[in-house]
Amino acid sequence: MAVRNLIDGIREAMHEEMARDERVVLLGEDVGKRGGVFRASEGLVDAFGEQRVIDAPLGESGIVGVAIGMALNGLVPIAEIQFADFIHPAFNQIVSEAAKIRYRSDNDFHVPMVIRAPFGGGVHGGLYHSQSVEAFFMHVPGLKVVIPSTPADAKGLLKSAIRDEDPVVFFEHKRSYRLVRGEIPDGDVTVPIGKARLVREGKDLSIFAYGLMAFHAEQAAETLAKEGISAEVIDLRTLLPLDREAILASVARTHRALIVHEANHTMGAGAEVAATIAEGALYELDAPIRRLTGPDIPAMPFNTPQEEHFMPNPEKIAQAARELLAL
Amino acid sequence: MARTKESPKTTSSLGPAEVRKTYRNMLLARTIDERMWTLNRAGKAPFVIPCRGQEAAQVGWAAGLRPTDYFLPYYRDLGVMVTLGYSARQAFLSLLGKGEDVTSGGRQMPGHYGWPDRHVITGSSPVTTQVLHAVGIAYASHLRGEDTVAATSLGEGSTSQGDFHEAMNWASIYKLPVLFVVENNGYAISSPQSKEMAVQDAAERALGYGMAGVTVDGTDFFACYEATLQAAERARRGDGPTLLEFKMYRLLPHSSDDDDRTYRSREEVEAWKERDPILRMQKHVLDAGVLTAEENEALRAEVQAEVDDAIAYAEAAPYPPVEDMFTHVYAD
Repeated sequence: MAVRNLIDGIREAMHEEMARDERVVLLGEDVGKRGGVFRASEGLVDAFGEQRVIDAPLGESGIVGVAIGMALNGLVPIAEIQFADFIHPAFNQIVSEAAKIRYRSDNDFHVPMVIRAPFGGGVHGGLYHSQSVEAFFMHVPGLKVVIPSTPADAKGLLKSAIRDEDPVVFFEHKRSYRLVRGEIPDGDVTVPIGKARLVREGKDLSIFAYGLMAFHAEQAAETLAKEGISAEVIDLRTLLPLDREAILASVARTHRALIVHEANHTMGAGAEVAATIAEGALYELDAPIRRLTGPDIPAMPFNTPQEEHFMPNPEKIAQAARELLAL
Repeated sequence: MARTKESPKTTSSLGPAEVRKTYRNMLLARTIDERMWTLNRAGKAPFVIPCRGQEAAQVGWAAGLRPTDYFLPYYRDLGVMVTLGYSARQAFLSLLGKGEDVTSGGRQMPGHYGWPDRHVITGSSPVTTQVLHAVGIAYASHLRGEDTVAATSLGEGSTSQGDFHEAMNWASIYKLPVLFVVENNGYAISSPQSKEMAVQDAAERALGYGMAGVTVDGTDFFACYEATLQAAERARRGDGPTLLEFKMYRLLPHSSDDDDRTYRSREEVEAWKERDPILRMQKHVLDAGVLTAEENEALRAEVQAEVDDAIAYAEAAPYPPVEDMFTHVYAD
């Protein structure tokens, strides 16, 4: 196993699944010759042809709506939205259509499909190339929402998402594409959807995070360890369905909970994690639940100091942990 | 590409037995529609979306396709469904939200069709979403080298939606076998066509996408049927999609919750009743000797009896169990 980038896991998962199953197709803006603006689909059009790696006309509702039709007629589409910030024209197709087709047809129809979208900031993307929009989709029964934080998970979770019988919204943190490196298992290894990952065991507090923030939480835990603080890190991996069991079990071990995400504070994924703990493990807590999140402003500014101030990072996570332990 | 206005046809390749069947389908759709409205006014059905005035076009385009084709109708398309074999019982089971409802097990409002056995794809209420699904379905068929067509219908108001334009663009770029059927009944709830588009005919919109656009008299079954056959043939031989526009009039309000007296004159409605497609078809079958006057009366009585039975059956049918509402959110 070689050490690789996270985006290599994405590419490998798509390549292997397209080779394994001829029903799998990829459609999106610039996914063909260009290989996607981040190169996630580099080489796929050469391997599988233009009929299966489809340069879509520019329009997100069209990409997702056409993908739904493909899924209704025997294909397994991967619809790439170039940036999560641009997913909103497709919101109706995702929420009113993909999420509800199985339910509204009383199981007569279903749409096995994946909607991939790079999300998150820290790359000078400004307001419209930095957003974290996962909470919108986490509120929609019928969807699954998956966010990998390691190269191995990127491959294994995406393979599972492609094989899933229901629509999966798959968010990939764009800063993590080439920042997060790790071993990727060779061959057909899948990671189940709906199971959190225990990144690091600890005794003093639990840090819950996903995507780039799970990577940063791990870095923060290393810093804290040098100070004698034992932080447990849980990578949620899947926001819908949320692995409530893993969250409650971790709180029962550590009695303190720090939740980290880059999306803005109010009604973010952290709110659901906090509510889960409040409902299921309140008497396990030795301190109030703490959320470290992006601020409640419309989106991430472009300029360097304001962007840095927006993003949680290992230092801020470590500091929040220290404060939580001081309570 | 061709941009044509079809002159109404009164003859076709259909034999007398097929014409009789067509007329029966139109009558059945009309009779179901009338009785649904009555049930609503009697407080027995919460919501009705009428098809009255659109039966010729609906039966026409559905009859012009094959059972192997894909159908993505909109909520007013009872005539399409009846042509595909949807029975009066099925219609009233859906109207009353009963568990046996074939379209959704009583989950959806009436008119939200879906029937896998007949290749009718499940639909929703936000209008025009289905036209993109038709494109994806056609893409999949095309990729596998099948000669099936995906046909989707919508009102002329829906041609204002972005999804409509994205779908036309996709279908024409990839020359996909899609029929976009615009049932132009003149109104999007209260908005007249003039507030939905600056062109005379919705089919003119095809020009900008490099695809065929055809405007047809939607009160003439034969014209609608023939135009559909031609468009389907074009699609099957790889010459791409067609925008078919059937012009007609919605004889009733938008729905049982609408009051059209607030936005259109009674004179206008009465004038269009003179062009009722059922009367037109009845005249044809009598004039052409497909049915005698006595046979026509017998057929109407037969259809009424079928609808009576269907209402009694649906009223007596059970609702789905409450606990079933939690099923089929995801694959089991």
